[in-house]
Amino acid sequence: MTTTDAPQAAPPPTGKRRIGDVVFAGLARSSGLLILLILAGVAAFLIVQAWPSLAANTQNFLTTQEWEANVREDPAFGIAALAFGTVLAATIALVMATPVAIGIALFIVYYAPRRLASLLGYMVDLLAAIPSVVYGLWGIGFLAPQLVPVFESISRYLGWIPLFAGPPSPSGRTLLTASVALAVMILPIITAMSRDVFQQVPQGHREAALAMGATRWEMIRLAVLPFGKSGIVGGAMLGMGRALGETMAVAMILSPSLSISWNVLQSGNQTIAGHIALQYPEATGYGVSALIAAGLVLFAITLIVNMAARYVVARGNKEA
Amino acid sequence: MSTTTTQQPPEPATRAELSRGSLPLYFSPVLLTASAAVVAGVLLAFSSFGVMLWALLTAVAYLVISVTASVRVEGARKAKDRFVTAIVYGCFLLAMAPLVSVLWTVAQNGMARFDIYFLSVSMNGVLPSMDAGGVYHAIVGTLAITGMATVISVPVGVLTAVFLVEYAQGRLKKAITFFVDVMTGIPSIVAGLFVVALWMMLLGPGHLNGASGALALAVLMIPVVVRSSEEMLRLVPMELREASYALGVPKWRTITKVVLPTSASGLTTGIVLAIARVIGETAPLVLTAGSSAVSINWNLFEGQMMNLPVFIYSQVRMGGAVNYERAWAAALTLILVVMLLFFLARMIGRLFAPKTR
Repeated sequence: MTTTDAPQAAPPPTGKRRIGDVVFAGLARSSGLLILLILAGVAAFLIVQAWPSLAANTQNFLTTQEWEANVREDPAFGIAALAFGTVLAATIALVMATPVAIGIALFIVYYAPRRLASLLGYMVDLLAAIPSVVYGLWGIGFLAPQLVPVFESISRYLGWIPLFAGPPSPSGRTLLTASVALAVMILPIITAMSRDVFQQVPQGHREAALAMGATRWEMIRLAVLPFGKSGIVGGAMLGMGRALGETMAVAMILSPSLSISWNVLQSGNQTIAGHIALQYPEATGYGVSALIAAGLVLFAITLIVNMAARYVVARGNKEA
Repeated sequence: MSTTTTQQPPEPATRAELSRGSLPLYFSPVLLTASAAVVAGVLLAFSSFGVMLWALLTAVAYLVISVTASVRVEGARKAKDRFVTAIVYGCFLLAMAPLVSVLWTVAQNGMARFDIYFLSVSMNGVLPSMDAGGVYHAIVGTLAITGMATVISVPVGVLTAVFLVEYAQGRLKKAITFFVDVMTGIPSIVAGLFVVALWMMLLGPGHLNGASGALALAVLMIPVVVRSSEEMLRLVPMELREASYALGVPKWRTITKVVLPTSASGLTTGIVLAIARVIGETAPLVLTAGSSAVSINWNLFEGQMMNLPVFIYSQVRMGGAVNYERAWAAALTLILVVMLLFFLARMIGRLFAPKTR
């Protein structure tokens, strides 16, 4: 039997404990506990189901690049290439999205006309409402062909940087294209977090800066950005978490292949999430279990990034 | 030498600073229009007009001219301010570009096949390359799976929010809040794998059906519902609860008769937005509900179940011209559904909000 602790923030002035109260409180509490249970369950079931393939794996899971898991015995697979592709794609997306997101947040909070601000914010939120499979379709049908000439000029002029070494893929379906799509998808979340902190900047700080004759930019640099640092960093990390786990857009844009390549203008990389989506329907033998192992790695990475992000945001809130 | 400066501020500099001119108010809009027109003219003259190139060159021209003019007339500080203002506006426009582009391409490409026929027939008996078939079975699947996911997540989500706001305290409250946040960040494909792993343990491999899809979506939906409901419950004024307690109403009746009705519109808005969030989820459904169903299936517990996002994905994987047309039309359908839900959420929030003032 679940019972609740008697003293509350605003305790009902009842003498005896009613059966309705006990039942309702029990229901509410068990819902809360169910969430913890689900999260624990996700980790536990993934570990249990990943174990058979990990135990049978003939290669080192963490350092192997190939993926020969669809066999009945002696599977040989590893996460190295996939993890590399995942982190690379998410990092590039983050580098592209964060400055733009900060700009958008500043625009909505400090530059846009007051009356339009909420509508404009709503439009940015719409970016988050578009399903990722539609982004994938857009990526193949519109973005990739549009980016081919851009990639050609990048590799012509910046080809000396290993990331942009040519020749670029003629289809445009490369890691950089996927990263652009990811950047668009994580824009709203970084913007939302930055907007929240920018709105919390004490009016006194801002007015003090303006009263000293600061221009709008100087006010932002002196009062807003230092105050909003934790929100920006936290938002960027949440965006990173989203980009790491994003599946469909990546799976549709990138062709299935497995190699560690720094060259983002050629096809050849793949991410963990994309690989799982592409491989799962054809998985046999140890295949499914191996994919669950890959999912476990993804789960661990995103969990760490998200927890760190929440920690940064919470600490920032405390200081404020 | 230094004695004079310490007693008097450096006056000449200040005066120069104060007497600096400023560019007229109409400077920015006029310059922007002018540079857009000139760039368009030049590009057309070289017959290499493209929207992206035009926007980029206009922005560059505007930046260079306005900053140069501002440095000469207003001084470096104002010039920097103008520069940042232009960049900030540019950031917003840059973000709008993909939104407009996605909606435009989907509308343009989707219209080719989007009609009553497409919405009212399934793919049963249709070969992938045939000029026929539609998404009715996928709409059915989307409705059934999302509906079941909603039925699972709303009670759990709202009750958890009630627990967090009305009952929980101390460590447990902190833990649940933290892990709900963490759960929001679970990659959707991991939610799918979780259900796959769960089914493999309980029933053995190969159970693709709508209910497992709904379960995966519920894992993604619950934290969203908790977050939004929690926010809404916190908005209910303490005085309402206290008034109820003062009348001798027990706590659970207070919650069900006062707190929940007061926040009903907010809760509904949050739930609708959560539905809009998960209705486009593809990856978990590929893993749990299957990606090869072609006929109408209303039974959540038996057989594969197609749905709109997976339909788009599987058509793209087939790769023919007709398949792409179907994918675009289905994408248009899906976006219309999501937009409808967004609109609905706004309407609910506006129409049924408690009239407090």
